[in-house]
Amino acid sequence: MEPIKIIRSRTIVMPSSNIDTDQIIPGRFLTTTTKEGLGKQLFADWRYQPDGSEKSDFILNQPAAKGCAVLVAGRNLGCGSSREHAPWALLDYGFRAVISTEIADIFRNNSLKNGLLPIVIDEATSAWLIANPGAEVTIDLERAILTLPTGAEVKFPIEAFARYCLLNGVDELGYLLSKSAEISAYEQRV
Amino acid sequence: MQPKTMFEKVWDRHQVVPETADTPAVLFVDLHLTHEVTSPQAFSLLRERGLKLRRPDLTIATMDHATPTRTEQVFGGAPITIESAAKQIRQLEVNVREFGVELLGLQSSLRGIVHIIGPELGLTQPGKTIVCGDSHTSTHGAFGALAFGIGTTEVGHVFATQCLLQRKAKTLAVNVHGRLTPGVGAKDLILAIIGKLGVSGGTGHVIEYRGEAIRAFDMEERMTVCNMSIEAGARAGMIAPDETTFAYLKGRLHSPQGEAWDRAVADWKTLTTDEGARFDREIDIDAAALEPMITYGTNPGMVVPVSGSIPVKPNDTVFAKSLAYMGLEPGASIKGQPVNVVFIGSCTNGRISDLRLAAQLLRGHHVAKGVHMLIVPGSQQVKRQAEAEGLDRVFIDAGADWRESGCSMCLGMNGDLVPKGEYSVSTSNRNFEGRQGVGARTLLASPLTATASAIRGRVTDPRELLHA
Repeated sequence: MEPIKIIRSRTIVMPSSNIDTDQIIPGRFLTTTTKEGLGKQLFADWRYQPDGSEKSDFILNQPAAKGCAVLVAGRNLGCGSSREHAPWALLDYGFRAVISTEIADIFRNNSLKNGLLPIVIDEATSAWLIANPGAEVTIDLERAILTLPTGAEVKFPIEAFARYCLLNGVDELGYLLSKSAEISAYEQRV
Repeated sequence: MQPKTMFEKVWDRHQVVPETADTPAVLFVDLHLTHEVTSPQAFSLLRERGLKLRRPDLTIATMDHATPTRTEQVFGGAPITIESAAKQIRQLEVNVREFGVELLGLQSSLRGIVHIIGPELGLTQPGKTIVCGDSHTSTHGAFGALAFGIGTTEVGHVFATQCLLQRKAKTLAVNVHGRLTPGVGAKDLILAIIGKLGVSGGTGHVIEYRGEAIRAFDMEERMTVCNMSIEAGARAGMIAPDETTFAYLKGRLHSPQGEAWDRAVADWKTLTTDEGARFDREIDIDAAALEPMITYGTNPGMVVPVSGSIPVKPNDTVFAKSLAYMGLEPGASIKGQPVNVVFIGSCTNGRISDLRLAAQLLRGHHVAKGVHMLIVPGSQQVKRQAEAEGLDRVFIDAGADWRESGCSMCLGMNGDLVPKGEYSVSTSNRNFEGRQGVGARTLLASPLTATASAIRGRVTDPRELLHA
């Protein structure tokens, strides 16, 4: 995994609340046996016509969306299915961070484990971001600060261990494997 | 000793390394259920790192999500229609052989939806930690297990170490007072709870369902309730084990036997939440006041009584978009809405008691003209039991479609789909846009409401038929 220090990008705004992982990537694409190439299926039913052509009114199909690495969404992003294909698809498309006032537990976990930064912010910051799509924001993971173009700095919560892993580009499996003596002791005990 | 909740007791027992400010707990997993859809990339991880699967004895695999439900495709050698699904199924067969995991494969008499077979086989037990790469793993909490869904990376972690890194969740008590009235069931209760909590009301929490109505439920009803905890945002839902739990488990394939059984029961009895233990939050529900419930929108929190009407929310664009997708009007009554498809099945309502309810209502009736009623048992064991009781004849005589087990139309991965724009009354757990097929419009309800709606061809309060 690439270490994450600073993410600087314009935002894409999808103001809907409760965007579930079935929308992020519909179930029919889950018969894959790899993680690669799911970006083209991201938001497939909102993004494409039945014939496969793009829906011009969908945000990802608009010129302003090109190159944006930060997705701002309404409350309760990523609810529903535990499919890790959702963060895989977002990352493959080019997103590096997702921002909402509330992010569903399993999706947040899955995102952290793949280097997609889930950022939970307050209502006022969310309202500003939703009212200002395309705003250039800076995310400083070391300081856990989101900076708006107004200069406003917003502190966001991030679990200490997950931040350590993301900053250093290491995954959690190495840490778990380093605990094998403790795991063996537990297995003996029970 | 500080009084503890059941969740805290199970959590404490499984901490290999306790959590600190800097590091999450290392939590031991007693049972890892796995299936074809969320495991391939986790097996690949083991290969890439040159790792073994640490505890094949605590791991069991089945196939359910992408499997066909047509008998000729399961047993007759007819090809599986979706090529990528067939490939995924074959990949699981390869993976379990390579890593030494027991597989209840496509033609196994014990195969079924992963959350149906865990309890059936007696693998699901009080006090266990149970995980699966599937959000409806919360189902197993009905036995007083701590059971939750994980992503594929975490599936790989459990394969390699039998452990997960976890932060301790908060606790939420849902106190269900009084008893449900006839025609109102566990599905109606959990839909009402989700309606009250909202689809993110349980985020960060483990729910414990308590109270008179919960105690009166059999295990299958309790599973229906715990199953949909995730639809309120809670990764896990739990119910204290009691005599009902023990009676269900006694004598099952993997249940403890003889003296081990007595010791297990004695231990399981200590798991219940202590008097005076504190929950981070509590809510109260009056069971007697509930009616049959049905969803009208595109998440499970958008729910009303079948006798009710769709809310009016001016200036709410998300709500308007949802109703536009559903083709429904604010303020309209939901009862009487024409229906095209009825689906009975899924890990929420695909157990034998669900099929008995459907058959009881369907007996002597016929599915309305133009309605496709699909009935998919949750497991092959459920299927055989239903056939032994003659329920399949009731379904087939009424014009319903009776299939082999699997997730089927709950998420349509196997090609069992609701056509675009059509209305489906479904006993499954998610009414998200496109869940049952592109453009499909899903109304979630109980097996009784779904069956009554199949008979009338319109959304129907089942009590009208029960009393008739």
